Amino acid sequence: MSAVLAVADHRRGALRDVSFELLAAGRELADALGGEFHVAVIGGDVESFAEELNREGVDVVHTVDEGEEFNHDVYVQAVEALCEEVDATAILSPNSVNGLDYAPAVANGLSIPLVTDAIALAYEDGLEVTREMYGSKVETTVEVDDDRFFVTIRSGEWPAVEGRGDASIEPFEFELDESAVGSRVQGFEEVGEGDVDISDADVLVSVGRGIEEEENLEIVEALADALDATLSASRPVVDNGWLPKNRQVGQSGKVVSPEVYIAVGISGAVQHVAGMKGAKTIVAINTDPNAPIFDIADYGIVDDLFEVVPELTEQFE
Amino acid sequence: MKVLVTVKEVAEAADDFEISGIEIEEGYLEYDLNEWDDYAIEEAVQLSEQRDDVETVGVTIGPERSEETIRMALAKGIDRAVRVWDDAIERQDLLDVDAKARLLEAVVEAEDPDLVLSGVQANDDSFGATGVALARQLGFQWAAVVNRMELSDDDTIANVRRELEGGVEELTEIDMPAVLTIQTGINEPRYASLRGIRQAQSKEIDVQSLDDLGLGEEAVEGELDLTSMYEPVSESDAEIFEGDPDETAGKLAAVLQEKGVGAQ
Repeated sequence: MSAVLAVADHRRGALRDVSFELLAAGRELADALGGEFHVAVIGGDVESFAEELNREGVDVVHTVDEGEEFNHDVYVQAVEALCEEVDATAILSPNSVNGLDYAPAVANGLSIPLVTDAIALAYEDGLEVTREMYGSKVETTVEVDDDRFFVTIRSGEWPAVEGRGDASIEPFEFELDESAVGSRVQGFEEVGEGDVDISDADVLVSVGRGIEEEENLEIVEALADALDATLSASRPVVDNGWLPKNRQVGQSGKVVSPEVYIAVGISGAVQHVAGMKGAKTIVAINTDPNAPIFDIADYGIVDDLFEVVPELTEQFE
Repeated sequence: MKVLVTVKEVAEAADDFEISGIEIEEGYLEYDLNEWDDYAIEEAVQLSEQRDDVETVGVTIGPERSEETIRMALAKGIDRAVRVWDDAIERQDLLDVDAKARLLEAVVEAEDPDLVLSGVQANDDSFGATGVALARQLGFQWAAVVNRMELSDDDTIANVRRELEGGVEELTEIDMPAVLTIQTGINEPRYASLRGIRQAQSKEIDVQSLDDLGLGEEAVEGELDLTSMYEPVSESDAEIFEGDPDETAGKLAAVLQEKGVGAQ
């Protein structure tokens, strides 16, 4: 029997959305392998999490009542023990910050190959994983030459499973080796509180790496003023300290869903898109016609932002 | 204390490029220091500037060409550099996470650092896994996606902040020795000074083969094979405005005005 074991992500009392997408990827792979689909949830209110994870296609939910929040040492031990218990062929987790904090350790410990950030999976004689390289400029397929493997999946690539299931819910107990726990979570901090909340704005003018220099921000500030819009940014602008963290749109920043989102000099890396794809109308201004931002844009101008933005500002003044 | 920084030379593809087999054609690639590693280098150099007992060592896995990149780390203030390369590594089209971890483990064993800093991911293959795999391989502690680190006075604990999704950060203490994977934005990487660049040119880079590291060829034989590479099919249905900037801006302005943008 080739079981697939998927490990759900949760934080501060709630399962993360990608956990339900993980259920779709896991069921798909379990069908291809001809095996059962097991889901594990480790820490927190495992019983209520298990109820929520009992969705269509899940055979068993294992609850591991160990700690409140994610701790990688606990996850490593629990997943390795569970993997042995269910004789898992495949382990899946979200390609999240926490996924990347324990999946490589588990794969290394079990001496099985790891493929991260999968956007599609196919299984015939062996596993074939589709993933991106070179900053999303190419897609690749990777064949896994082993009959066991760990794969982390990118959020937003599988549909979230909705329908209720009839899984059996089984508490899993294992002896935690406390001496191997060398990290302790002390707490959480919200970042990005400040003068404006970009998630409230109807119109966002968002600026990215294409702006090149801090002095050049002026031209997008002028556009935002003329449009009566709020200024936001992609990660590189914030990393450079040109705008505060509360202006950052993306996976690690704010998720926004304005009426209109104008992306200026933003290529549209997957982490950025995760934060703004909910915008009703997306406008992109970028010199590179192949920039991924154009894949999700409704309107676009392929040109130098330094030429276009001042012209656009003028139209509104 | 000793800090080891893993440094990778990454290839970046031009806006327009061609693929030949499972590679982007060489003429369309430019090589550069991996962005995340630049922040890891800066963190190590700042640590060595704050204290007088810190030695910093950069290690890279790469062909001779990558000496340019590791010299950039030296120019920015890393004390010494090690480059690992071998014909057996060259033959791999995709060096998997465990193979990298085994190579780096051998370097760590020789160097015996208290702290290893590594970029969260490399911008070419984007696996984002080497640092954590290395930690496990070594029996070190670790933290992934770190955007602040402070070491305790006795160097036994690293207090880190991990950048989670959605503007939430996690505060965690990690026993040392540890591997921390460094997120961009943790600091402001410096530009190498001309003096630094000149000095780096004359520094010797310690080149290590598999044999030197006490490893056999099987150490780099992975279980992943790259089987195809292609440009993703664009699903764009965007309306692209054509013309000079004043024309395109005019057309876009009309659309925006129709949607009520700019109406006071």
